Amino acid sequence: MSRAIALIDGNSFYCSCERVFDPKLARVPVIVLSNNDGCAIARTAEAKALGIKMGDPFFKIREQCRRDGVRVFSSNYTLYGDMSARTNAVYRDFAPAVEIYSIDESFLELSDVHPDRRVEFARDLRATVRAWTGIPTCVGIGPTKTLAKLANHIAKSIPDLDGVCDLSDEEERAAWLCRIHVGEVWGIGRASLAKLEAMGVDSVADLRDLDPRPVRKAMTVVGERIIHELRGLSCLPLELMPAQRKGCAVTRSFSRRVTERAVLEQAVAAHATRLGEKLRRGGLGTSHVTVFYHTSTHDRGDPMRSVSTTVTLPEATNDTLALIAAARHGVDRTWREAPEGRPWRYSKAGVVTTDLMLLDASPRALIGQLDRERSGPLMAAMDACNARFGRGSVVPARAGLVEKRKWSTKFEMRSPRYTTQVAELPTAHA
Amino acid sequence: MGLYRIADLDPAGLIPIPIMGPALCAGFPSPADDFLEGALELPRWLAPNPPATFAWNISGDSMRAAGIFDRDLAVVDRSLKAGNGSVVVAAIDGEMSIKRLRIEGNVARLAFDNPDLPAFAVQEAAEGEIWGVVRFTIRWHVARAGLVR
Repeated sequence: MSRAIALIDGNSFYCSCERVFDPKLARVPVIVLSNNDGCAIARTAEAKALGIKMGDPFFKIREQCRRDGVRVFSSNYTLYGDMSARTNAVYRDFAPAVEIYSIDESFLELSDVHPDRRVEFARDLRATVRAWTGIPTCVGIGPTKTLAKLANHIAKSIPDLDGVCDLSDEEERAAWLCRIHVGEVWGIGRASLAKLEAMGVDSVADLRDLDPRPVRKAMTVVGERIIHELRGLSCLPLELMPAQRKGCAVTRSFSRRVTERAVLEQAVAAHATRLGEKLRRGGLGTSHVTVFYHTSTHDRGDPMRSVSTTVTLPEATNDTLALIAAARHGVDRTWREAPEGRPWRYSKAGVVTTDLMLLDASPRALIGQLDRERSGPLMAAMDACNARFGRGSVVPARAGLVEKRKWSTKFEMRSPRYTTQVAELPTAHA
Repeated sequence: MGLYRIADLDPAGLIPIPIMGPALCAGFPSPADDFLEGALELPRWLAPNPPATFAWNISGDSMRAAGIFDRDLAVVDRSLKAGNGSVVVAAIDGEMSIKRLRIEGNVARLAFDNPDLPAFAVQEAAEGEIWGVVRFTIRWHVARAGLVR
């Protein structure tokens, strides 16, 4: 039987999650904002119809939202993460293999489903996800990931298809590919698009019919792979196990500009705390911590400063206290008092690692060994408390209590965490 | 954090809703990664279908004859089919409410279940939409420490 992959994704996923628990949001324009309530990152069809674009800064559309009755939400990532896990649990009931590609998109292995029954299968899947979780979806089917992604795009754009598009049939596929602009293909970025347009490539079919070898010169092996995938030759397998991380970053924009050293130190300590949690979850360690902080290019006329420094630890670790010490050392090394009362107003800070390794397999230092025997159980106890009593219940004092951090990311219009917090469950009236 | 301390159930019998752990994305790192919380836990024999199971607070007394009281908790399973007599959570005119579904012939109504109230009913097709079927409810017989609302 022919190879088949489905790409299923949630329609306006973040907005749909909000709608599941609040019936007043049905049929009205809804948008969700990015971190610090910066810009629109999810829009319902009603909001798109009002001309609100992806990435529109909120301060520019605030007045329009008020006038047109757009319901505006801060990102509620706790809710979206839980709803994403639910949809994927349903996908797993339907397909033998599922690759979670992003928070709202998954690839499903569909090769075992008879070609004549794939559309019916996809309709059943959509209906089940809608019924069980409340999330509306679209499904694209094709012999390769690239074609499944394209089919999903078609399913979204053409209402008559009722959310399902199957590009398994070669003739049907050829007819669609002539009608779609090459810029819609997965993996074709702005740079590649310019090159392709210079080569006279306009439709997806034009790209499919290019000789892959010269494309390899212009667009590397990635471009060549896309051509094979568009021809129905699968080059990208489902990635069922996420690749081992090589690096890890915790970076945040401040909710307000930061000028005081103590506040910056607390922020990098909090980021290092989060970094430690992430590393321990994967049993990973690092021996280099890069600390950066900088002012914002938006603050025209203000003095600019951007700092990045890497601190080396004696050996790999994921001990939060060791990571905090390293991060603070980075600040210590680079902090400058501002000249003549014009402080640098920092907008963002982060800690980054690029040399992750499995902690158990990492070489031990001869000099300056860290005390793993003590730190391991301590970190395990801290993680267990935070799992049981909620994120941030126990933090190193250097990182500050979560609710007292004045620089933390803003989510001022966040909806309740309807599915994970007992105190925030939705209410039904009897 | 355990949601229901019904008894000191065998922890091995507790499963989170939904069953999956934190989602690890192969393509993009999930923006939710920094905000994931432990799912509310229910034993599998009470909640056989975790991805479709949700908990709701109940406010009000219109379902007393069904044994559902103010401040109870309702566990809703969206994979259950609603039939005549089902207790359901439904959206009626933009409000979420808990009602008894009554089907007579081809007429479906969302009804109160309280002898003190008039048999007021809502035309289901006209203004109500069923959100999910209530599998069971929970009432606290001691103070809800830490769960104040």
